[in-house]
Order: sequence, then C-alpha cells, then structure tokens
Amino acid sequence: MIRLENVTKIYHTRQGSHTVLDGVDLQVGKGVKVGIMGRNGSGKSTLIRLISGAELPTSGRVRRTISVSWPLAFGGAFQAYLTGLDNVRFICRIYGVSYANVVRFVEEFSELGSYLREPVRHYSGGMRARLAFALSMAIEFDCFLIDEVIVVGDSRFHEKCRIELFEKRKDRALILVSHDVNTIKAHCECASVLHDGKLHSFEHVDDAYAFYQTSLH
Amino acid sequence: MYDETSFARSLQIQFRVIGALLMREIITRYGRDNLGFLWLFVEPMLFTLFVTALWTTTGLAHGRDLPIVAFAVTGYSSVLLWRNCANRCVMAIPPNLGLLYHRNVRVLDLFISRILLEIAGATISFVVLATFFTAFGWMEPPADVVGMLYGWLFLGWFAAALALVVGALTAYTEVAERLWHPISYILFPLSGALFMVDWLPSNFQKFVLILPMVHGVEMLRGGYFGSAVRTHFDVGYLFVACLVMTLIGLALVKDAGLRVEVE
Repeated sequence: MIRLENVTKIYHTRQGSHTVLDGVDLQVGKGVKVGIMGRNGSGKSTLIRLISGAELPTSGRVRRTISVSWPLAFGGAFQAYLTGLDNVRFICRIYGVSYANVVRFVEEFSELGSYLREPVRHYSGGMRARLAFALSMAIEFDCFLIDEVIVVGDSRFHEKCRIELFEKRKDRALILVSHDVNTIKAHCECASVLHDGKLHSFEHVDDAYAFYQTSLH
Repeated sequence: MYDETSFARSLQIQFRVIGALLMREIITRYGRDNLGFLWLFVEPMLFTLFVTALWTTTGLAHGRDLPIVAFAVTGYSSVLLWRNCANRCVMAIPPNLGLLYHRNVRVLDLFISRILLEIAGATISFVVLATFFTAFGWMEPPADVVGMLYGWLFLGWFAAALALVVGALTAYTEVAERLWHPISYILFPLSGALFMVDWLPSNFQKFVLILPMVHGVEMLRGGYFGSAVRTHFDVGYLFVACLVMTLIGLALVKDAGLRVEVE
C-alpha cells in the first residue's frame, strides 16, 4: 500500500511561496492501477516526485509498504562519463541486487550490444531511453511510476516495452500520470484529477475525465 | 513500512548506498585508464611533494631549526585534508539531483561519500609520503605515532564537519560558494601548517587558537616531533568545536534535503 496523508508541497520561488499540492490524500493498494490527470503545471510531476521519494513533502506523510519504482525509463541518474554497464552496476549496488542477472536482462532487452561498454554520453536519445527502460524492468518493484508514457524506440521496440510492462507485469500496481485520457483509459481502472492543488479521486476513469473537462473551464 | 524501517536495516541500506556512490565517484573521477584510482592519493601526494620542494628550496615558513621536510609534509597534508573535503562538497548536490529518484540515495549520502573519498586520499598520501621519506632518511621516524594518530583523527573529523557545513550552505545560496574560496585561501596560512603556535607572539597565539584545525596540526606535530617542539592545543576545545560543527552541519544537510528540488 502506498498512502499519502495530507501531503502539502510548497515551493519557494522568486515570486514568493507557491503551494503546488495542498493537503493531498491518496491510497494505492497492491496491484491497483491509478491514472492521474491534470493540466500542465497542476503538480502531476511534483506528485510523482513525492511518491517516488525524490523530494520530501513540506508537511504530511508518504508511507509505502510496497516497493515503488523510480519514474519509468528515467535516465537522469545516468552518469554520462560512465559506460552503460558501469551505470547498470551502480543501480544494482544501490538496490542490492545481483549484477549478473540484471546485465543479462539489460543486454538482451536494450539491444545495445557493444554500446553498453561505451560512455553513456555517446548514446543517442533513443539509446539512452532503451537503456533506461531496460533498467526499469530489470529491477523488480510492486508499483511502477510512469510520468507520461514516452515512446521508446521504433514501433517494434515500443511493442516490446508494452508487453514487458503491461502484460508480463500486469499484477503490479501502477501510477500513471498523463494528460491524455485515452492512455489512462487503456491502462487504469480508476483515476484522480489534480486541480488547484487538490486531488479529486474517482472510482471510474470516465467520471474523472468528466470532472477534468469541467475543471478546464 | 519503509518509513518505520529499523535502525539496523536503515544503517545497512546507507552503507550499501555510500559504497555504491564511492565506486561511482572513483570510476567517474579517475577512470580505468593509466593509474586509475591510484590518482586518489597520487594527486594529493604530488601537491605535498611540490610544496615540500618549494619550502625546502626557499626556506619559506622556516625560521627555526625543525627539519623542513617533516614540517612541510605534516603541515601541507593537514591542509589538504580539510580543504579537499570542503571543496568537494561545494555544490555537490546539483550534478547528482537525478540520483535522488533512487529513494535510498539521500543528500547526506552524497556528502558522506565525497568526504570519505577525500579523507582516504589525503590519508594514504600522507602515510605513503612519510614512509617514503623516512625510508630514504629525509624524515626521522615519529616520536609518538599514537599522538600523531589522534591529531590526524581529529583533523579528519574537523574536515568532515567543515565539509558538511560548507557543502550544505552552498545548497542554499551560490554566495556561499563564492565566499568559501577566498575564505579557504585566508585560512591556509592561519591553519597552523606554516608555523608552530609557539613561534607566534602571545596575543596572536590566542587568535589563531580559535581555529580548531590549528589544535589538530599542533597535536599531529607534537606526536611527530615529540619533545623537540612546544605545542599549544586543547583537546577539549577541539572536541567541542568538531561536535558543534558536526551537529550544525547535519542539521543544515537535513534541511537542504527537505528543500531540494529535483528538476
């Protein structure tokens, strides 16, 4: 279970303090798939950062009894001067998992071949994304965080990612942030809408979408 | 519950994370080519060697009859210890923000791993140089190794505490970074590396003894030179200064961790 209790996040900007999240509550049980909708700048990514633990709430609590992934296919933690494999090794050490198994999976899945032995700064954007996605799948989590579904690689690779995440791991929980209702409809059973710092939760995606539509005006 | 993880388990995770960060830092900074991680202590060693050579040829900072090589090695190694630790923690967070998405990596770990690496580098460099010079007869064996060890341990603690304070302050404002560099420049000649406190006029002695690292350097040299020097240090003062700085540093780092904003 992931539980946000009265979570508030205030950022200090040049224009003074700015409350992005204002007393947000959210519960995500094991295997539940939740969509989060909201306009640009409504705080969707902030919410993901707080759930992932990258940032801490100004007040309130984030509790986790299941393991939560870093945002899917996030490559920002790569050290560009290290090789792909050295980056993989670092992630393995952080999570305390066996290097050999992860490397085998990453080599096979990412299809990067000998590039894995090159510094990441020599990778194209697509290659980075493939490595990042492969790593996301190589370490097992109970809940995956997705901040906008990004298209990784060509359509064949994209299909491979879809199978790996949505089919092979369909028993896992999912928190999917998107402003596209079709993506959320396709993968989530319930949804919440972020509006003016408050999170409104709905049991059905359609109700959430209807609320989202009215909140736009 | 992750936020109710036992202390032992948290400690285990923290060790694992710091270990991973250390390896990442070593490979990133030194690579696997040529000397590789040996640069960790070869670099400070070269620094000390050049300074020793300079001091020996110019006779700088040497009005007394102490052997100049030993004086330079003990002094400059101490400077490297606190200065490198603090310098490495300046602006340590921004290039590593992405790592915070891996929840077990905390801001404190970024600082600790860098501090450990610098302490290791400075310590190995000091030991290797001292051993080398002693073997070639350029330095006498120390009078009291245990006394030296105490001095070095205190200097290491001071370096870590200073690095936490300076590093965390640069997370608040870039002004701290700009101020730190001139401050460290001024601190170098005042830090005890260039003089024995006993050589100074007594009113100036009181002033430099406000600086905690002066006590550490006096302890270190007291251990090395033994009865050949008259030392001025107060272990109690050094202990309290290090403790207070550590607590301030940890509080600042914790607060910086709360405020950190990931892209």
